[in-house]
Amino acid sequence: MSDIQITPPESGAEIERHEEHAVDRFDNPGLPPHIHRAADDDPEAGKRAEKQVATLFGLSMLATLVFLVAYFAIPDESTFYLPGVGLSKTQNVVLGLSMGFALLFIGIGAVHWAKTLMSDEEIVEERHPQRSDDRSRAAAVTTVLDGGANAQLGRRPLILYSLTGALGLFALPFVLQIVGSLGPVNAPEELKETIWDPADNDGKPIRLMRDPEMTPIKLSDVTNGSVFHVMPETLQKYIDAGHGVLEAKAKAAVILIRLEPDLIRVQKEKDWGVDGVVAYSKICTHVGCAVGLYEQTTHHLLCPCHQSTFDLPDDCNVIFGPAKRPLPQLKITVDDAGYLVAPQGFLEPVGPSFWERSR
Amino acid sequence: MSTINETRPAEALRDGDPDVEQERADTKPLGGIAGWLDDRTGGAKPASHFLKKVFPDHWSFMLGEIAMYSMIICLLTGVFLTFWYVPSMTQVVYNGSYVPLQGVTVSDAYSSTLNISFDIRGGLLIRQIHHWGALIFVVSVFVHMTRVFFTGAFRKPREINWVLGTLLSMLACIEGFAGYSLPDDLLSGTGIRAMNGFVQSIPIVGSYVSYFIFGGAFPGEAIIPRLYSVHVLLLPAVLVGVFTAHILFVVIHKHTQFPGPGRTNNNVVGFPLMPVYMAKAGGFFFIVFGIIALVSAVVSINPIWGYGPYDPSPITAGSQPDWYMGFADGALRLLPGFLEFDTFGFTWSMNIFPGSILLLPIMWTVIGVYPFVESWVTGDKREHHLLDRPRNAPTRAGIGVAGITAYTVLLFASGNDLMAIKLHLSINDLTQLFRLLFFIGPPIAFWLTKRICLSLQRADRQKVLHGRETGTIWRYPDGRFEEIHAPLSPFERWALVQHESPEPLRISAEADENGVASPLARKERVRAKLSHFYFNDRVAPPTPSELEAAHHHGDEVDEGHLLTGEHEAIDPATTGDSSSTPRETIKADRKRST
Ligand code: HEM
Ligand code: FES
Repeated sequence: MSDIQITPPESGAEIERHEEHAVDRFDNPGLPPHIHRAADDDPEAGKRAEKQVATLFGLSMLATLVFLVAYFAIPDESTFYLPGVGLSKTQNVVLGLSMGFALLFIGIGAVHWAKTLMSDEEIVEERHPQRSDDRSRAAAVTTVLDGGANAQLGRRPLILYSLTGALGLFALPFVLQIVGSLGPVNAPEELKETIWDPADNDGKPIRLMRDPEMTPIKLSDVTNGSVFHVMPETLQKYIDAGHGVLEAKAKAAVILIRLEPDLIRVQKEKDWGVDGVVAYSKICTHVGCAVGLYEQTTHHLLCPCHQSTFDLPDDCNVIFGPAKRPLPQLKITVDDAGYLVAPQGFLEPVGPSFWERSR
Repeated sequence: MSTINETRPAEALRDGDPDVEQERADTKPLGGIAGWLDDRTGGAKPASHFLKKVFPDHWSFMLGEIAMYSMIICLLTGVFLTFWYVPSMTQVVYNGSYVPLQGVTVSDAYSSTLNISFDIRGGLLIRQIHHWGALIFVVSVFVHMTRVFFTGAFRKPREINWVLGTLLSMLACIEGFAGYSLPDDLLSGTGIRAMNGFVQSIPIVGSYVSYFIFGGAFPGEAIIPRLYSVHVLLLPAVLVGVFTAHILFVVIHKHTQFPGPGRTNNNVVGFPLMPVYMAKAGGFFFIVFGIIALVSAVVSINPIWGYGPYDPSPITAGSQPDWYMGFADGALRLLPGFLEFDTFGFTWSMNIFPGSILLLPIMWTVIGVYPFVESWVTGDKREHHLLDRPRNAPTRAGIGVAGITAYTVLLFASGNDLMAIKLHLSINDLTQLFRLLFFIGPPIAFWLTKRICLSLQRADRQKVLHGRETGTIWRYPDGRFEEIHAPLSPFERWALVQHESPEPLRISAEADENGVASPLARKERVRAKLSHFYFNDRVAPPTPSELEAAHHHGDEVDEGHLLTGEHEAIDPATTGDSSSTPRETIKADRKRST
């Protein structure tokens, strides 16, 4: 052993010092004298307290009665103006207040009873050390050792090992059962797809539709500074089928805005738009809220969740907030009928990052 | 007011603690149902023992009770809600009595929550009680936790209960999040969407885990039923189980008490369960329930009909989670985007992962291990049943306030957009400020708290040595004015002088005989450093001889009952310098309690 040891300063001579200095601590003076309350000595005060408690319990019964009547008497749709709160549902307010007071008066009554009439003289209970005494501890060890010896665990290692193995493995089927069936395992591929892929539309360009009306948008409808919330025309299939709608929308949401073409500072952004009309994914690249607050004056798109701010004229690069990547742009053109269409899907995954995103 | 019994020294009280119950003449035989039960269970003995259990009284001990009661209230009202709530994401056309949404396609979950609010009589009230109860539950759990922390109630033998409590507070937050998501409205749906983003940010397995949780692509149809079984079955079962163990430990350990005359480390002074504590605690349940019902009657909470059903494309301005998840949201707002990077084509979302998935386990682990760290540093292996007054453990108080400061900065950061609007500040500046505060706030808070605690301790010393200010000013013939100080009675004094003020541990030797540094030395050096950090600044509690000296020092008036307050500087020997301070007192205590 090394001779390092941690000691409280002046570790020697503990006993003597204890003896010597114990006198220089104050002594616990013991419980202070008990002070009588009015109701302890004065029968009148006791009587008064009794009446007060009974009144409180009585008020509780009254409040319950109000609840019972109000439950039947107040029509569902009635409302009234509650000062300081606003227009409120009468039923909710009356039922809540009467229930609240019924409970509260029971509580206040009980506490008042305890404080005025029950003994307020403090009682002392002993504590004992938490640990068992040495004999019991030794007995416990003996019991376990004897049991182990009886089962011959030490002498027959084969049983020990095989039991450990069996116990170690038996839970696996349950875990596998759950994990195996929780969800599909094609996540990395699916996360990269949206229904803007022309493959979803027999290879034809996909029209941009107003969300939620699902009507196509003409280039001329998009006036300067106006903002459109857009879904692909392919969404209609899901709406008609009645399922998969929200899953499709969760990745396909797009925002369409017309800028002055000279404002746009990135050539790709100009090329992928039409006369300053540009379309970007509306799903925040941070954790996926819908980025829908557009500031007309600064041309910023703002996410309401954690305030990531995307600079629209600069290809939606992040200029503030916790998101890292720009919103992906959707290339748009105009079809023969004059409607806006997307000739190719998104070229990169939309929405929040995931491990396999760049693969 | 008259006084009965004489001053009862604690030692004498202990002597009187009877081992065997004396038979009393006025008692009755156990009969009726209780007798029938005892015949079959033998429960009379433990029951009467339990009914006589003593609970100490202090307002701060009610915080845990509030937590317990609001949990019970949530359980009761939650059962009510399950009768009508439908945990399904099947799309249906709403045709209930809330006119603005009639004809809109919504999920079963949303539509049934609307029905509870508008078509089930009293349903809205129960929903609001459930939600208010949940909020008060989480608040009271946290406040209860700080009480336990600052008073050192987590020390031996209560470490296990501290860990259980830590677990409970984490489960409470998760339970709340699961419940908040159930109505499937726009706001809570946005919360689930963000949760999906968090999960996707987990390195390597994130995308798979997301698909497992949602049963496929977000949002799918599985998440609400799954959250439902977590919210009403899994977590309540675990919560109730852990809570029961928590309470059982309180009974086994007996409640701690604040120091005071007659209270020692070996007794509990308070009121018996039957009848005083029963009436007070039982009454308090009704008070908590009553107040929650009153609040729910007038203050509307989570009016989901105003938010609309969940749909991934509309935007929700100012979306915020319930307050107890705010700190995680704040952390996400402060983490800068440049922390995301790619290696070998794989994406590390370090702007998301630490603030969302890692934050909770890290925070709760740090809280959970604190008692073990402290007891390692102090080397204190004794049982502690007397609470510390927070000022008497300045470093611990400082650590606690520093932690709360970090938490609060994150919580406020989650409202940076609202603050920017209300205060007309730029959100960029605010965010930068919060980032700065997150790092410099806690150290400042630590330092301030510790200083304040030490000053309070000095003030206590002054009070003991020179008496309490009476507000009476004396004028002497020579024109001097002086305030008269009244000496403290032994009862008043005791709480101010009973504590220990340990000194830092010191290493007595760092190398063996050959001058080789011992491998143990490094660990122990760390420990000595930490001990120094904990205990170097200390104010020793006054001793009788110091009081004696102070008496002789001042001019005594009125036969020593009133001391003139002559304020002398505290002798440095008794405050800072460890070499000359009396250390023995601590050992004396150690001897007494082991
Ligand atoms: C343990 C028994 C519980 C049961 C059976 C239960 C049941 C339910 C049910 C069925 C709902 C959906 C109905 C609705 O939103 O109106 C719900 C919502 C909720 N639950 Fe619970 N719950 C329990 C405990 C808790 C606890 C302990 C908390 C909080 C820590 C909590 C927090 C919530 C919240 C915040 C909501 C949303 C309420 C709202 O929309 O206003 N629940 N709960
Ligand atoms: S989701 Fe958009 S900033 Fe977080």
